[in-house]
Amino acid sequence: MATLLEQVEVDTGLRPAIAGPNPWALAARRLWRNRIAMASLVLFLLIVVLCLAAPLYAHDVAHVDPFLPNLNGHTVVNGKVVPVMQRGGGVLKLGETPIGPTWDPSHYFLGADSTGRDAAALLLYGGRSSLLIGIGSAVLCCLAATVIALIAGFFGGVTDSLLSRLMDVIWAFPVFLLAICIGTELLTHTNGFQFGPLHVDASSLWLPTLIIAFIYIPYVYRPVRGQVLSVVNKEFVEASTAQGAGNLRLIFSEILPNVVSTVIVLLPLMIATTILTEAALSFLGVGVQPPNVSWGTIIQDGTDLVYTRPWVTIAPGLMILLTVLSLNVLGDGVRDALDPRAKLRVEG
Amino acid sequence: MKRIPPMPTIAARHRARRVYTLSTGAVVAALVVVAAGCGSSSSSSPGQAAQAGHKGGTFTILANAGFGQADPAQNYTAEEWQLLIDTHDGLTGFAKVNGTAGNKIVPDLATSIPVPTNGGKTYVFHIRRGIKFSNGQTLKPSDFVKTFERQFTVPGPTSFYSGIVGASKCSTKGCNLSKGVVANDSAYTLTINLTAPDPELMDQLALPFAFAVPASTSPKLTGNNVPPGTGPYMWQSYNPNTESVLVRNPYFHVWNAAAQPAGYPDKIVEKYGLQVSDEVTQVLNGGANEVYDNDPIPSDQLSTLNSPQYAGQVHVNTLLADYYYALNTRRPPFNNLQARQAINYAANRTAYVKIFGGPSLAVPTCQVLPPGFPSYSPYCPYTSGTGHTKWTAPDLAKAKQLVQQSGTAGMKVVVDATTDQVGKALAEQMVSDLNSIGYKASTQLLSSSVQYNFVQNSSNSGKWNVAYSQWFQDYPAASDFLNVLLGCGTIHPNSDASPNIAAFCQQNIESQINQAEADATTNPPEAARLWTQIDQEDTNAAPWVDMFNPKQIDVLSKNVHGYKWNPVWNIMIDQLWLS
Repeated sequence: MATLLEQVEVDTGLRPAIAGPNPWALAARRLWRNRIAMASLVLFLLIVVLCLAAPLYAHDVAHVDPFLPNLNGHTVVNGKVVPVMQRGGGVLKLGETPIGPTWDPSHYFLGADSTGRDAAALLLYGGRSSLLIGIGSAVLCCLAATVIALIAGFFGGVTDSLLSRLMDVIWAFPVFLLAICIGTELLTHTNGFQFGPLHVDASSLWLPTLIIAFIYIPYVYRPVRGQVLSVVNKEFVEASTAQGAGNLRLIFSEILPNVVSTVIVLLPLMIATTILTEAALSFLGVGVQPPNVSWGTIIQDGTDLVYTRPWVTIAPGLMILLTVLSLNVLGDGVRDALDPRAKLRVEG
Repeated sequence: MKRIPPMPTIAARHRARRVYTLSTGAVVAALVVVAAGCGSSSSSSPGQAAQAGHKGGTFTILANAGFGQADPAQNYTAEEWQLLIDTHDGLTGFAKVNGTAGNKIVPDLATSIPVPTNGGKTYVFHIRRGIKFSNGQTLKPSDFVKTFERQFTVPGPTSFYSGIVGASKCSTKGCNLSKGVVANDSAYTLTINLTAPDPELMDQLALPFAFAVPASTSPKLTGNNVPPGTGPYMWQSYNPNTESVLVRNPYFHVWNAAAQPAGYPDKIVEKYGLQVSDEVTQVLNGGANEVYDNDPIPSDQLSTLNSPQYAGQVHVNTLLADYYYALNTRRPPFNNLQARQAINYAANRTAYVKIFGGPSLAVPTCQVLPPGFPSYSPYCPYTSGTGHTKWTAPDLAKAKQLVQQSGTAGMKVVVDATTDQVGKALAEQMVSDLNSIGYKASTQLLSSSVQYNFVQNSSNSGKWNVAYSQWFQDYPAASDFLNVLLGCGTIHPNSDASPNIAAFCQQNIESQINQAEADATTNPPEAARLWTQIDQEDTNAAPWVDMFNPKQIDVLSKNVHGYKWNPVWNIMIDQLWLS
């Protein structure tokens, strides 16, 4: 970063500006060279593409409506027509067991869930919901946290104290407990979220997205506010102030560009966290609501079949594992790329 | 009552069931009841000689969760009732025997079943002498006065005894039933005066709410401390997070083996906190003796239980219960008769049965009264084909036609159900059935602990159209279904205790209900005929989509013997012995 004297020299034309390498281009180059991070990115993108292709798979390959129970349906296994739900044997004939994996993409590849729905099609549709909520809530959370951190760090004093204490209050609640409380309240008593003219229906994916975004704001707010505080008194900010820049310009032109790398580093890690949170909340019944599915709801549905039809549970679990793993590794790579000194410190 | 009963709610109804297959054992048991239930106070019984050789050991039950507050004046769960019947007694009792004979009312702490006087409004009970509570106090008629007053001073379901003179002025602040329940401790008599004849009083007195507790018991909720009782066992401890422990009552002696036989195990322990799948595994491996019978066994393990090696350890019995959807008759579309009938025609009952575990665990039905219940006559107008006694398949064409005629096509419908596996799957199937005939249906899933109260309360009636629910008999009387669930008198606006969830009220049916109740004492055959007619008229009016009548599974360890299943109390824990 240029010192005040150097900046004055450049501005006044006493000294020509030296065009250094673009830091973003440098970061991108470092990330590109990180093979593990790039492999993770490819894996993540592959999962995204697979999930986006869910309607194609359901309609054109498996020929099923994954949202309709199919308890009385039939399918073809090895050329034979068999019922999707198979009655228990023995004398008592207890229970109805869904068909297991056929490993035939066009006929219940991963088998059926407890209501006879195609587990593979559900898995892909569930991935769409999980990724959408994960990415959406992480982005919303980072946006909100960054704005609040910029305001708190820039204005300081009472504003900073008030906002920081508010964040402390939210932080004081265990995240899952807070999310369950909010989710239960919104689902049970208000049948969704209502704020003025804004209404979010209980079955909308926006509801878990907003809840998860809200509970994680303090977790992003803290490091970003710290970064803002470290930047707000730097010479270039003082110079901009001396030149008559207003608060908005100072915040968005001088401070934000210097803290955005922190947010970018946090983003993939937050996506991984929010995907896990969504899965947990949906597993507990306060996340994604029917008819939508997510990896969490599929795992919940599969818990009763874990001995006889384990793939109903294993498949979404595996998808969560791969997604979160890829995002965490990618997040580390992004951090190393944007802050090479951190890597040097670690390596040193 | 709800499927998962640990939450004590005012309107929650006790799960009680009945077997309608009369086995040889049941016939023998019935003879025992006839012999022992005629007011004899003999201290010996035909079963006692056999009992002596089987006594001893600790019988361990595994349950997923405790049953909330243990005070018998409040608790309304099968889980505690199955234990309370071994520790307490009422004036009357359901015969503790196997099979349909278990529906019979026998005298328990009373020496005989009294004949009512004063136009059916006064009952004089003669109380047995020489019976002691587990704390050593002698049972006196005046103990019952406090027992009944506690029905009103302890917040809980009080409607069963609201017909006692003076009850209308009782509240949680205080209760004086000196005119309604008159005790004479010297003559050992107890007189119960009612404001109006109640043909079901003897059944209601056999429920645990009316089990005798000492007069010294606090009029307020005793929480997890169960007051002393007179049964063969006494409560040593109850912690809803860990376990209940029942040990032998040293003061107990058999006075009427049909009402209260001596138990076999020395100790009964019910442990809480395991996953149901772990409970099953542990019991099959001999680590415990019983999986609590209302814990839903995962469908996974049902297939395990089909193995011939467990044939002697698994028992399936038909419950006197309904799984149903109440249709909200307060608002469109189901304030329209044709719309209600349409979804009844469209309901895929085969799918509902499969969700519950298949034909071995549920039987599809269209009507309110379950098979085997008094006044039951098979009736199902909502099926394809011409037969009107048994459901075979949905009739979608008829359903779609009715929707068009009703003018409700395309309306939004909210299906309210529970978040558990079965509740959720049933809701999704109902949504599918509704959508198939032209509605735009969605689900609203609530935790089991709140859903039942939520749909009962009329202040929430604008938030749902179809509500999932279940009902298990309290005692074998048609009114327990037809009046309690679909009578005008059980609609309580803005209350969580309004069991007529559909808010269905038709004056012509209500008049018949009143007539049937009046006829129950004077002309029982006519009353039975009327109840059958009411059942069919309710079914025609379609305030519900009746799905199926469930069955219950008991899983026992290999060393458990003497299995008996009572239609009211289900498994008779104290009558099992260990090898």
